[in-house]
Order: sequence, then C-alpha cells, then structure tokens
Amino acid sequence: MFVARVQVTIKEEVLDPQGKAVEGALHSLGFEEASGVRIGKFLELTLNTDDRAVAEERLSQMCEKLLANPVIEDYEFELVEAGEAR
Amino acid sequence: MKAAVITFPGSNCDRDCLRALEEIPGCEADSVWHADQDLAGYDLIVLPGGFSYGDYLRSGAIARFSPVMAALKREADRGVTILGICNGFQVLLEAGLLPGAMRRNQSLKFVCKPCELVVDRADSRFSSRFQEGQTLQVPVAHGEGNYYCDDETLKRLHGEGQVVFRYADNPNGSVADIAGITNETGNVLGMMPHPERATRARLGSVDGAEIFGAIFDFVSAGGKS
Repeated sequence: MFVARVQVTIKEEVLDPQGKAVEGALHSLGFEEASGVRIGKFLELTLNTDDRAVAEERLSQMCEKLLANPVIEDYEFELVEAGEAR
Repeated sequence: MKAAVITFPGSNCDRDCLRALEEIPGCEADSVWHADQDLAGYDLIVLPGGFSYGDYLRSGAIARFSPVMAALKREADRGVTILGICNGFQVLLEAGLLPGAMRRNQSLKFVCKPCELVVDRADSRFSSRFQEGQTLQVPVAHGEGNYYCDDETLKRLHGEGQVVFRYADNPNGSVADIAGITNETGNVLGMMPHPERATRARLGSVDGAEIFGAIFDFVSAGGKS
C-alpha cells in the first residue's frame, strides 16, 4: 500500500487570479518580499498496491484524467509506503 | 424538433431550459437524468447551468464522467446539435468536446448580471437569426467563466470561425472576450451566458429565445444550414 500526495498547480503561463489577490494581501500586510504566489490543490489518497511502478503509472493516469486539468494545470506527486506515512 | 435537457446532480437551470424549449411550437423537450445512457433520436441535447457535483475538484470535472456523457459524445460525433450553457459549457470543456478551460473570474467574484454579447458569427446554427456584429442582451451568472486557451488554440478558434459570441464588456477576464465557442464542425456550442434566462420581455430580453429558435430553424430545415 502506498500513500500518494498529489499537488496540482495552475500552469505558469496561466494567470492565477486567486494567487494574485493573495499576493496583494501579503504586500498590504508588509510582506513585500513575497512574490509569485500560486494557489493549488493538495490531494492525499491511498493506493492498494505493493508495486511502486504500477502505483506511479496508475496515479499518473488519475492525474491526467481527473485530478488535474492538463489544459491549465500541472501536477506532481510523491508516493510513500503506507507504514512510513506520517 | 426533439430536444433533451440533461440533469446532473446539482444542475439548476434544467427546468428553465425545458420551459424555453417547450415554448417553441413544434418542439418537444424531455428531461434526461445523467445516469441514462441513451440519447438516440434527439435533434438537440442541452447541458444546462448549475453546479454539477457541487463544482467539486473543478467545475464540470466530475459530471464529464457521468454515464450519459458517453452517449453525448457519440451523438456529438454524429453531428447532433449540442448546447452547453454555463456549467454545461464547463462540462463540455472538461470532456474535451470543446477546446480550452475555465478559470476563476479575474475579479474572484461571482458575477450575476445582464450582459451585452456581440454576435461574431451569424452563420452558425445557433446564431442564424442574428446579424453579424449585432448586440444581444443575455445574463451571465458564474464564478468560473474566465475562459482560457493558449495562443495557438485562440488563433485556430478565430481562423475557423468558432467564436460565435463575445462580450462587449468582458465580465470575467476571458481571453479575447470569448463568451461562446463551437467545435470545429460547428455542431457543439458552449456559452457562459444563459439564453434560457432571456426568453421573455418580462425577463428583460428575448434574445436568448432566438438562440433556441435558430436551432429550431436549423433542425426544421432538415439539419442543413
């Protein structure tokens, strides 16, 4: 069993209105050093397989088909053996 | 004309669409549940507005895997007229039946107001009752209607005449003021504004009725524009 942690972010070339608004709010709070704020999603799921290669392959398919919209979003994931997950 | 209006869990403009269609003499409209898998025999299939599956994950992302969608794809490939309104447009984008994707409105606000639309193409089966350049009054009501596509896709949309409606005053940040596009073959239209909410003088405009009317004309003429 693996625990998968998936991060979905809006592609760099696509404007992220939420990120922009948060960046403005950070600046108005005095955090001028903050820039390039991007808002994304974090998903966690358990995969019932012991084969890492299979898990990666299946998870990629899940991301391409449903978890991310490849037109505007990028995704990254990590797989952790279920026992080691914190 | 035989029309179907799909209801997903969370659709909320399905009845309005049915009413708009039933008011056309000679048009029969059925409500079809998203779990149905047969859409044979319809001349028009409408994906209505609303919040299918609560807009979870992304608008339209889960509805696009509804059982009815395989049948919809089959009918679309056969050339049947498909109209996606608001959430219906989002579902068509997620399903890959139309190019591009929707982002949050630039203002981050839900916009709900009458909108002026410019008719970019009057030679589509959805807009043949209008003149090119004519302005229409059709309301919008959405939080994620900020249409995005890359430059290459945009060039193709314009080159192939797939942009049918654009906003006179862009309410959401959509690229090129895009309000409604068709697929390459012209039988599938997605639009963010709600034509079913502009079907009577009392609603402030009847321009939306002319969009349903144009489809009726197309179907009545044997489906050849």
